[in-house]
Amino acid sequence: MSIHDIQFSKEELARYNRHIIIPEFGEEGQLKLKAAKVLIVGSGGLGSPALLYLTAAGVGTIGIVDFDVVDDSNLQRQILFDIHEIGNPKVEAAKRRLEALNPHVRFILHNTHLNSENALDIIKDYDVVADGTDNFPTRYLVNDATVLLDKPNVYGSIFQFEGQVSVFNFVNPSGERGPNYRDLYPTPPPPGLVPSCAEGGVLGVLPGIIGSLQALEVIKIITGVGQTLSGRFFTFDAMNFENRTFKIKRRADNPLNGLNPSIRTLIDYEQFCGMRAVEEKPVKEISARELYDWQVKGRPFKLIDVREPSEFKIVQIGGELIPLATVADHAEQIPRDIDVVVHCKAGVRSLKAIRELEEKFGYTNLYNLKGGIIAYIDQVKPELTRY
Amino acid sequence: MATVIIPTPLRKFTNQTARVNVEAGTVGEIINRLTLDFPELKKHLLDAQGSVRSFVNIFSGDEDIRDLQKENTPVNSSTIISIVPAIAGGHQ
Repeated sequence: MSIHDIQFSKEELARYNRHIIIPEFGEEGQLKLKAAKVLIVGSGGLGSPALLYLTAAGVGTIGIVDFDVVDDSNLQRQILFDIHEIGNPKVEAAKRRLEALNPHVRFILHNTHLNSENALDIIKDYDVVADGTDNFPTRYLVNDATVLLDKPNVYGSIFQFEGQVSVFNFVNPSGERGPNYRDLYPTPPPPGLVPSCAEGGVLGVLPGIIGSLQALEVIKIITGVGQTLSGRFFTFDAMNFENRTFKIKRRADNPLNGLNPSIRTLIDYEQFCGMRAVEEKPVKEISARELYDWQVKGRPFKLIDVREPSEFKIVQIGGELIPLATVADHAEQIPRDIDVVVHCKAGVRSLKAIRELEEKFGYTNLYNLKGGIIAYIDQVKPELTRY
Repeated sequence: MATVIIPTPLRKFTNQTARVNVEAGTVGEIINRLTLDFPELKKHLLDAQGSVRSFVNIFSGDEDIRDLQKENTPVNSSTIISIVPAIAGGHQ
């Protein structure tokens, strides 16, 4: 949409007056915001403030990618959500909150896990992407997809007291393209070396600061006001209140857009990040249909659910709840004389639980439910609540 | 002598020290000194070949040492070296 096709209503002119009266911004800046389409990947700690400010600022179209549901442990920092939304899909909760903030914004919800199959299709329709995800595979996925699609990527990342911000793949008014994430960090750390926020924690205010800086850079990219962080890398240490801004450059050996590009399409980012390199001996698996078969035939077995209590409340399939973190402490509840099926949401946490039980306690009768409760709902009981 | 700023994720290996003064002439010497004084830092900073890991950036002032003379980049008493590893948090 061109800014010449847009007219503001009186309500919008009044709402955006504090922007419009800034000389460098003006009505033109506001029109550019309304014409823009911004995709926020992740509506958690970073996405919450970014979405609130970009919605308040009047970005015309905002896409939100998130596969998660609101959990009470999110509310310490994910200020988009409140206690009434616990258990609801984040994208839907976000839309309700944001529409109440600004009815002039159109929201597009992508209630899915961004992956190599869908990323290009989702991102292609947007002008700017802001990455507020929480793991290295998705960081590289968003980076590569935005470079392949020629979109600027506003990067923010946090850990404990430390925040990072930059603008990647931005083409400045002189036509010069800035560096991207692979110029800054060519490869990710091996799994396990750097803890996630879920393991290492994060001070709740920090994503508020870093996500707001991402919103700022999105607005500057759209309006052309000021100098973006392209070619610069901002770090903030909240513990000592120190910030530093480093210069970063494009690298000739960048596999995406260096001198000899070797990546021309999206790759397997789990593999790239070494997630599959740590494959240990396989555990026994059972499909959702086989499990259902066991259930209807009355075969003796025990079902263990290693998800969190909040997930258990949303939907359960008759398993005994023993959250992953407490599995080792409750091993005595898990029998050895009959088959035991372990499940979680998608099959990853249950795999970890089984490995832990096999290694520490020598279990040999454990089966992992392939695809978790989600596969069970999809294949056996579609009437149950999917989350 | 140069001042090295240790990032939050690595401070658990430096007794929670955020700034370390190191007597050295180059960035490479600083890294060696740090890994001797704080042995647990080594696997986070260096790969098996002894090169700086590709998910760790080292800046001298505001310049990436890859744009200077890498590990041979000279330092003096007013140099501030920042170690900035990749972090990925944001959503959860």
